[in-house]
Amino acid sequence: MAQTFSTLAYIVASVLFILALRGLSHPETSRRGNLYGMVGMGIAILATLFHAGMGVGGFGLIIAGLAIGGGIGAYLANRIQMTALPQLVAAFHSLVGMAAVLVAAAAFYNPESFGIGHPGDIHAGSLVEMSLGLAIGAITFSGSVIAFAKLQALMSGAPITFKGQHWLNLGLGVLLLVLVIAFVATGSAVLFWLIALLAFALGFLLIIPIGGADMPVVVSMLNSYSGWAAAGIGFTLGNLLLIVTGALVGASGAILSYIMCKGMNRSIVNVLLGGFGSDSGVASPAGGGGGPARPVKSGSPEDAAYIMKNAQKIIIVPGYGMAVAQAQQVLREMADLLKKEGAEVSYAIHPVAGRMPGHMNVLLAEANVPYDEVHELEEINPEFAEADVAFVIGANDVTNPAAKTDKSSAIYGMPILDVERAKTVFFIKRGMASGYAGVENELFFRDNTMMLFGDAKKVTQQVVQALQH
Amino acid sequence: MNPTELANQASATAERALALAAQARIMAESTAPAVVQAAGHAEPFLLLLTIFLLACFVGYHVVWNVTPALHSPLMGVTNAISSVIVVGAILATGLGDSIAAKVFGFLAVTLASVNIFGGFLVTRRMLAMFKKRG
Repeated sequence: MAQTFSTLAYIVASVLFILALRGLSHPETSRRGNLYGMVGMGIAILATLFHAGMGVGGFGLIIAGLAIGGGIGAYLANRIQMTALPQLVAAFHSLVGMAAVLVAAAAFYNPESFGIGHPGDIHAGSLVEMSLGLAIGAITFSGSVIAFAKLQALMSGAPITFKGQHWLNLGLGVLLLVLVIAFVATGSAVLFWLIALLAFALGFLLIIPIGGADMPVVVSMLNSYSGWAAAGIGFTLGNLLLIVTGALVGASGAILSYIMCKGMNRSIVNVLLGGFGSDSGVASPAGGGGGPARPVKSGSPEDAAYIMKNAQKIIIVPGYGMAVAQAQQVLREMADLLKKEGAEVSYAIHPVAGRMPGHMNVLLAEANVPYDEVHELEEINPEFAEADVAFVIGANDVTNPAAKTDKSSAIYGMPILDVERAKTVFFIKRGMASGYAGVENELFFRDNTMMLFGDAKKVTQQVVQALQH
Repeated sequence: MNPTELANQASATAERALALAAQARIMAESTAPAVVQAAGHAEPFLLLLTIFLLACFVGYHVVWNVTPALHSPLMGVTNAISSVIVVGAILATGLGDSIAAKVFGFLAVTLASVNIFGGFLVTRRMLAMFKKRG
């Protein structure tokens, strides 16, 4: 009876989780979707709490854990700055990974709780599932910790590579497989923890060679892993809800990784092998320190304000530089002033702009930019030809026309925003340094380009001041 | 063949059959629990695998319908719901009778709860910012 009740509750929760994801197909339905998710989680937790045979002491511990964790989570969620969202998500992924490791350990030391055998005599099938959940959870944990450290700038965002790196990872991967087989055969506690340690090391080594701007892929991938880890634990415990949810999350993360890779025209393997954009990997033939400086046209914020005042159609292209400079608010002020002058203002978002999928959309939404002014690449690319001004703020590689023409370029084939078709292109940049890919941007030297050198926020503020006069 | 010989042969065959049956019984008795156990474990596994694969398909179709503008909230929501692993943690804490299981369970409940509340609330914060023109 109790079993049937909790199973039914888990089915309801699964359906609510699916509806939560479904709600995200449109901003209008998304808030209700999130509510469905919360209700689903509440039902799942309550149904589990009323599980038969739970002691009072255990009950107290559970409530304490929920309260402590919930308090910390709520505090973080309300305090975090939206620009720090990618590292928050990375940190959260690491927690799911760690929780998977801990639940696997609890199931290993107390298999009776889940009906999978007795200590030292756990069913072989359950041991396979357990070691999968454990290994994926551990990789998710340490990988996310590294991603967090890179995003939070606790460590350099540059790829860390060394000789024989891929062979080392491959060797460790094979060793992990051997340990899993030995663990399933013997059920030894030492092997359990060795698997955990090795998987921690592997997660760490897999993420260190991946550079900062590839983080959207990494974060999506770890999102996917956290789902597979949950599914692995679900199989171990024979729990339907964990399996369904793990599959949903795993699929979601995998799709996001795919979309991000397509946005860079790179294969997932290429991203994971890492080292992209490192100094050693890219020899820039034209730019850098060696070549002769080519002439660029640079202008003042006042020039930009004057030209934009007379423009009919303006497209703003934000990139990670906008997030770093926290320029979204003042950017929206600029757009408001331009709209008052009668211009039509819209925003163009490249799929991999920022440090996580959809990062720019959230930052613009935070600055009260209506979401119907913000467009995706395919949607807005044809409009650049009719635009008077393309205002590029903190983006670089995603606007480089070399991706379309130069087969030798590191970014060849990457879909780009066609800003060069606009009558005038403004580029806010701190200096002439090349972008993440180490490729010089051809656009800087075109006749219709005007560089606005300086900090993204300061320059935009000066444009705003000039517009007000 | 006289009747006595026939009777003797019949009884000898019967005895052999009896011995074989006894042997079979012993073998069956020793393997039956293993078979039952194997069947009991394999069938739910296949059922769970079916559910898993179907859920992957559902996830695939639902997530492709998510608008790219909401990819960050999507990560927030998936992050929050993946901490449904709290269910396993709660069972481990509540039903475990070894100290180890209780400690691991408690830590897992705490970590997953950070995620549940953090994930849903940060998503709510994000979604509240998405507004229409005007």
